[in-house]
Amino acid sequence: MITFNNVTKTFEDGTVAVDDISFTVKKGNLVTLIGPSGCGKTTTMKMINKLISITSGTISINGNDISEQESVELRRNIGYVIQRIGLLPHMTIEENVSLVPKLKGWKKADYQKKVDELLDMVGLDPQVYKNRYPLELSGGQQQRIGVIRALAGEPPIILMDEPFSALDPISRQQLQDELKLLQKSINKTIVFVTHDMDEALKIADEIVVMKGGSIQQIATPTELIQNPINEFVRSFIGEDRAKRVTKKREELHASTIMEPLVPEQVTGDVPNLSYHSSLQDVARVMLTKETETIIINGEDGKPIGVISHQRLLQELAGIRAGGAQGGIHSNLF
Amino acid sequence: MESIQIFFDTIVTRQDLIVERAIEHLYLSFLAIAIAVLISVPLGIYISRKRKMAEFYIGITAVFQTIPSLALFGFLVPILGIGTLTALVALIIYALLPILRNTYTGIIEVDEGIIEAGEGMGMTPRQILLKIQLPLSLPFMMAGIRTATVLTVGVVTLATFVGAGGLGDVIWRGLQSWNNSLVLAGAIPVALMALFFDFVLKLLEKRVTPKGIKS
Repeated sequence: MITFNNVTKTFEDGTVAVDDISFTVKKGNLVTLIGPSGCGKTTTMKMINKLISITSGTISINGNDISEQESVELRRNIGYVIQRIGLLPHMTIEENVSLVPKLKGWKKADYQKKVDELLDMVGLDPQVYKNRYPLELSGGQQQRIGVIRALAGEPPIILMDEPFSALDPISRQQLQDELKLLQKSINKTIVFVTHDMDEALKIADEIVVMKGGSIQQIATPTELIQNPINEFVRSFIGEDRAKRVTKKREELHASTIMEPLVPEQVTGDVPNLSYHSSLQDVARVMLTKETETIIINGEDGKPIGVISHQRLLQELAGIRAGGAQGGIHSNLF
Repeated sequence: MESIQIFFDTIVTRQDLIVERAIEHLYLSFLAIAIAVLISVPLGIYISRKRKMAEFYIGITAVFQTIPSLALFGFLVPILGIGTLTALVALIIYALLPILRNTYTGIIEVDEGIIEAGEGMGMTPRQILLKIQLPLSLPFMMAGIRTATVLTVGVVTLATFVGAGGLGDVIWRGLQSWNNSLVLAGAIPVALMALFFDFVLKLLEKRVTPKGIKS
């Protein structure tokens, strides 16, 4: 859990980049910071790993004030993905991915295993890619490495600064899908900076809309579309998008509501479904097989998450885990 | 045909002188470059971290470079007298700029995205220097050292005027005695040395270029 408490950042030239903001990022949530350029979204993010210092206020992670922590140590426990990718061109893919584990002093066998595991996860064959150099990969592949490099040290938190905006539209879509699946299956807290509303609506659990250094609105994608708090937020979303996304929401599928896999749940004869199945299919299988849980498989057929009876009902009733938000989805079903 | 014969005769009769001066020449070149590297590389790393001062330091070395080499030797004689030391100082001053500028440029040209990623992953400034900035700027540094070496091997011929020896001695004797063969017997080895170092250092430059950034 990341908590901002009255955080302000004033740069040396007197510009107030971030003006007295307070908000909380819940554990396991993907929160996007969005706004026009100069709104302070990147500054806000970079204060979390102390790449930018705070002028006043506090940021705490799980209750511990980050100003009391050593920056180098703090950063090793926070994944970091940037728009410019920033792979080290003189190191192989394996060396790049194992950087943080090595800094943290892992044993060789451990980080080698981790590298293979992560490459597999993003669909790049370790035997083929491990010993290649970054410049031998396409932009989309490079950023996949950028993402798994951030995951390699097993940080509970990952910061992403417009990670997909320099990629071609197809790679961008793919990586957004992969990230969403990934986040659901590995349960990381992700702070994601973007200026692209479509991207935010697609991947976020919660969206923080910023303008001129202050927060305009914090809401789930659906809430944001349906109840923009002011004219700025409304215009930032745009009328077309509001209509289009409401429609999209009707096509919820399994991956959007699944929860991280817990090994104990997989024991026994649990039915499997693809991540792309509709919620209707999930409900049907649950009833016909008389089961409480269903395992959700990723593209490669390996299990990536689980949907419980409880979770499905909550979703269909329009209740989000952790609190009732009735009415939000009610018009969809 | 006859002149070639005379040239070879000159080499044979004067071989002791030529070999001795060639060794002196190499010695002066090596020592000057080694010391210039020891000064320029750390200074280059230092000014890459204080970019406001960088232009000032590079400017100073650039001014040194504009002094005609013969005049530079001349300036130093009243201060340091005659001898090897004077020659060395002049040669070092001359070799500073290419190495300093290339070291500095090599380091600051490293993509900021890479540095930012390094910082964000929790690398210390020292680790960023040793694992990112230096390996990626090494080819630039080597190119600077190559330029400086070729330059120095040529300029060492002037060391004779401050009594520091080198192949310049052979050339100067040839000029004074209207002996063209002797002039060539001094000049050709200098040219060969310059070409040889250029070639060897170019190979080395390729070797130190990290595998992933070779095109």
